[in-house]
Amino acid sequence: MPPVIEQPGTEEVHPDVALVDAARHGDTAAFEKLVRQYDRQIFRVAQHITQNREDAEDITQDVFMKAYGKLNQFQGNSKFSTWLTRIAVNESLMRLRKRKTSRTVSMDQDVQTEEGSIPRDFADWTPDPEQQYGSAELGEILKRTIAGLSPGFRTVFTLRDIENLSTEETAEALGLSVPAVKSRLLRARLQLRERLSRYLKRKDGSIKP
Amino acid sequence: MTCTDFLSKMTDYFDGEVEPELLTEIQSHLAECDHCEILVDTTRQTIRVYRDHQVFELPNEVRERTVARIMAACVKH
Ligand SMILES: [Zn+2]
Repeated sequence: MPPVIEQPGTEEVHPDVALVDAARHGDTAAFEKLVRQYDRQIFRVAQHITQNREDAEDITQDVFMKAYGKLNQFQGNSKFSTWLTRIAVNESLMRLRKRKTSRTVSMDQDVQTEEGSIPRDFADWTPDPEQQYGSAELGEILKRTIAGLSPGFRTVFTLRDIENLSTEETAEALGLSVPAVKSRLLRARLQLRERLSRYLKRKDGSIKP
Repeated sequence: MTCTDFLSKMTDYFDGEVEPELLTEIQSHLAECDHCEILVDTTRQTIRVYRDHQVFELPNEVRERTVARIMAACVKH
C-alpha cells in the first residue's frame, strides 16, 4: 500500500469519537459524558423549534435515548453533535406536526413567503439594547420575535446563528443543501431584523451621525 | 453594485466567503449606501443579541431529572 500523506490537521480526531466508541461497548459513563456535553444545546434547539417547554424537555430525553439505541448507525464522518442535532430537529418537527393537526409543518413550510425578504426598515438602532431594556424585558422581546418566524426559518437561525453550527453542519442537521441553508438563513435574518427593529430602533428616528 | 446585488451576497460577506474583487465592490457600495450599511449593522446586532441572551435554558433540577431518566433507560437497554 502506498504511504498515505496526510494534510496537517486531518489526522485530528474529535474527542467525542472515543466516547461514542466506549459507549457502544457498554460504557454508560462515557455516554453520560456525551449527554452532559450536549443536553443544554439539544434542549434549546427543541424549545426554539417547538416553542414549548414541556415538549422540549421530552424531546431532550427522547433524543438521547434514541441516539443510544442507534449508536451503531453513527458514522464518524459527521460530528456527533451534528448527528444529535439532526435527531432533535426531526423529533421537534414531529411534535409540532402532532400539535398543529390542521397545518403541515416541515422545513419547507412558508419558505415561499416573501415576507421580510426585502428590507423596509432602515432606521438605525440603539447601540446598546441592554441599556434600553432590562434583561428580562429584552429576553421577552427576543422570545416573542423569534416565535413569529415560521418553523423552517427559526430552525435555520437557531442552528447557524444561536448555536453557531457551520453552514455545512446546519445543512447536514436539516437535510438541506448548503445553498438552501444560505438562502433560508438570509431570509430568517432579514425577517428577524425587521421585526426586532420595532423595538430596537432609535426612538428619535435619527440616523447615525 | 446595486442594493439587490449586495443583498444576494450578504450571507457570504458575513461568512468572509467573498473573493477579494467582490469584497472591494461590496466595501465601496457600503461606503456610499446608508441603507445597506444600516442593514449590515442591524443584522449583525440581531445575531449578536440572540447569541448573548440565551432565551431558553434547561433548569438544573430538570436537567438532573432528565439525565437520570436517560441513563436509567440506557442501563436497561
Ligand atoms: Zn445599498
